[in-house]
Amino acid sequence: MKRELLLGNQAIARGAWEAGVQFAAGYPGTPSTEILEILSRYPEVHSQWSANEKVAFEQGMGAAIGGLRTLVTMKHVGLNVAADPFMVFPYAGTNAGFLVISADDPGMHSSQNEQDNRYLARMAKVPVIEPSDAQECKDFVKLALDLSESFGTPVMMRTTTRLAHHKSLVSLGERQEGPKRTFERDARRFSVPIYRRLLRPQVEARLERLKQYVESVPINRVEPGDSRIGVVTSGVAYQYVKEILPHAGVLRLGISYPLPAALLRDFCERHETVYVVEEGEAFIEDFMRSVGIANLQGKDRFGVIGEYSPGRLAAALDLEELPQPLNGDITIMPRPPMFCVGCGHRTVFSALRQLKVTVAGDIGCYTMGALPPYEASHTTFCMGASIGTAVGLERAGQERVVAVIGDSTFVHAGIPALVDAVYNRSQLTLVILDNSTTGMTGGQPHPASGKSITGAEAPKLNLQAMCAASGVGQIQVVDTWDRRGVMSALRRALAHPGPAVVIAQGLCQQLPEMKYREVVPFYVDESLCTQCEACFKVWCPAILRNERNFPEIVPGQCTACTVCAQVCPAEAIYPFAREPLLRA
Amino acid sequence: MTEDGKVFSLLFAGVGGQGVLLGAEITALAAVSEGYDVKQTEVHGVSQRGGSVETHVRFGARVWSPVVTPGKADLVVGLELLEALRFAHFADLREGLILVNQHEIIPGSVKNAEQDYPHGSVEFMRSRGYRVLPLEASRLARDLGDARMANVVMIGAASIVLPLPHDAWLETLHRRIPERFRQPNLEAFAAGREAACDAEALRALRPERS
Repeated sequence: MKRELLLGNQAIARGAWEAGVQFAAGYPGTPSTEILEILSRYPEVHSQWSANEKVAFEQGMGAAIGGLRTLVTMKHVGLNVAADPFMVFPYAGTNAGFLVISADDPGMHSSQNEQDNRYLARMAKVPVIEPSDAQECKDFVKLALDLSESFGTPVMMRTTTRLAHHKSLVSLGERQEGPKRTFERDARRFSVPIYRRLLRPQVEARLERLKQYVESVPINRVEPGDSRIGVVTSGVAYQYVKEILPHAGVLRLGISYPLPAALLRDFCERHETVYVVEEGEAFIEDFMRSVGIANLQGKDRFGVIGEYSPGRLAAALDLEELPQPLNGDITIMPRPPMFCVGCGHRTVFSALRQLKVTVAGDIGCYTMGALPPYEASHTTFCMGASIGTAVGLERAGQERVVAVIGDSTFVHAGIPALVDAVYNRSQLTLVILDNSTTGMTGGQPHPASGKSITGAEAPKLNLQAMCAASGVGQIQVVDTWDRRGVMSALRRALAHPGPAVVIAQGLCQQLPEMKYREVVPFYVDESLCTQCEACFKVWCPAILRNERNFPEIVPGQCTACTVCAQVCPAEAIYPFAREPLLRA
Repeated sequence: MTEDGKVFSLLFAGVGGQGVLLGAEITALAAVSEGYDVKQTEVHGVSQRGGSVETHVRFGARVWSPVVTPGKADLVVGLELLEALRFAHFADLREGLILVNQHEIIPGSVKNAEQDYPHGSVEFMRSRGYRVLPLEASRLARDLGDARMANVVMIGAASIVLPLPHDAWLETLHRRIPERFRQPNLEAFAAGREAACDAEALRALRPERS
């Protein structure tokens, strides 16, 4: 059988294809994004990026009750956005298999918080499946869809960063179509509250059946070992346990909600001490304590914050002392990420810094506007929050507040906030950084980008018209690389008595049409350069200091964005008169 | 394939945009082609934006964790000096080796980075007892036409110390590198092998011990 080295997320996509998924939707979010990107390459599946996770979930819900096997993907906080349908759907239950992927991010590699979504699933009374490697990522998709259909329930797969973003070997299979199903109108299932009271006991009855099922399901697997030490674990943490405690008895829970009380009791009775090793909160551990199991150690030993690793577990078990990063006579400075060469966000943050305004930021690459050298983004919470936060700050008496949001984030959750800001007569000044993509997650199209997930042309939301329809009185569209244009638009917007929007347009440099185009790179003419250092203050990574202490632009990196040439008072920076270079 | 149950642990470190992931991936795929169990992990998301990037690769008869434990890496491949320093403690102090590209990239979003950048990291790592082999990978790659092939120069050097046959590397490079970039990358790989093989380098690999 063919085995390939697949990313956890690739394996989930492959699993969805093999399991006959016909509809897939989601919103990009690390560490979930690759699933849909890869699934969209399979023509048998309708895959799409949705405006946000709630919309993706609801379309998935419709597709599943309409008879299609469905996959919906999002990062942990995406499920907060989709929490409304997620809590309601289990009452009616599904028709065809419905699987939602929740990609949790312990360690907050690319998130604003840590959040263990098994609690949300418990609240929704939805079963949770947790694979431990890429092979299981693939296999568990099919298992989850079968489970979904046999119990008529939506199912959640919880992954964590290290599972989603590790590669391991996977045996590939072929696609099997799911059983044919069709939508049947049923007011008692799908409509008014009076009937939903009748559904409520059915949710409990289903949960009882699931509790029986998990006692003997093979993916809740006991691996016998040393009777002194037993480990209950789930997800990628299983691999760490096998690495450092090869002789321990292990109960690997492939389903972490509902939990098998009898199996857990029996396992713990056979071992003197039981460690509970789970990434995130004490979800399994608390359940075990609640059913009277006492011979266990969990979060008190291993901790609740951040990612797990074999080293961390070994240290927590006093098995070894880990070497720490080198220190002493040398300082290892951090290296946070920063705006790419030619990134259009630079001019906006440099203007905001100069204007000394208070900036309510949002979720995207532009959170980096908070870092040196700009330090011009002062709050970041969650998707779309810039606008509401700015309005609230203004109500609290803060003057000269600017909300900054990307185009994808604006579509995701900014539109209702803007409508509200106008309706409630705020003085909102809003900058929409319109780079025609969802940049932070690697460049996914969205409704205002004019492209679909496959790169095909798609209807394009007109942001200007959208703002006008909301009642915004002043809307300015500027070229994001035009420093003066950006600055004067911001000044005008701040001076405007009512809500004002500046749309700073310019394609993300990571988009293929930018990355692989021919450019004539700029260069510094040392005979004209006065070494005034102004171009260094553009903070472009392509501008280096050469051995003669002159600025030098790395030709292969220059995007010809022109910003350094705009700041040069000596006009010493201009395009290199030569063949255009192919950037790649 | 090595006969015992030894699992090789490798850590690749560098700056977003240097091709850390590609170097790790080629190594992982070469190990797959030799029939090893292989696991690899990296953090995606913002790695493109010039931040520090780490990728772990482990291969052997049976691999559990994709994550390398500090102090357990057989090989740390640093594509940049500060990043090699940052991840040096992952190397096994006795058996491990740190291969480092003699190349400095000043962090753009750190105050006073130009003044405070730590020079002399090779000597510092050595003073802490680590075996360090510095290589002019960026320069070699530039001489071959494109400094961005430094990652392939470095895996060329790594190929000297890893138990994977030369053919497995070449075959993987052929498969993984698009045709229009293939020839210069094969040359970069060969240059890395050669650099790691020269006499001075080998002395660094086997330092005299007191």
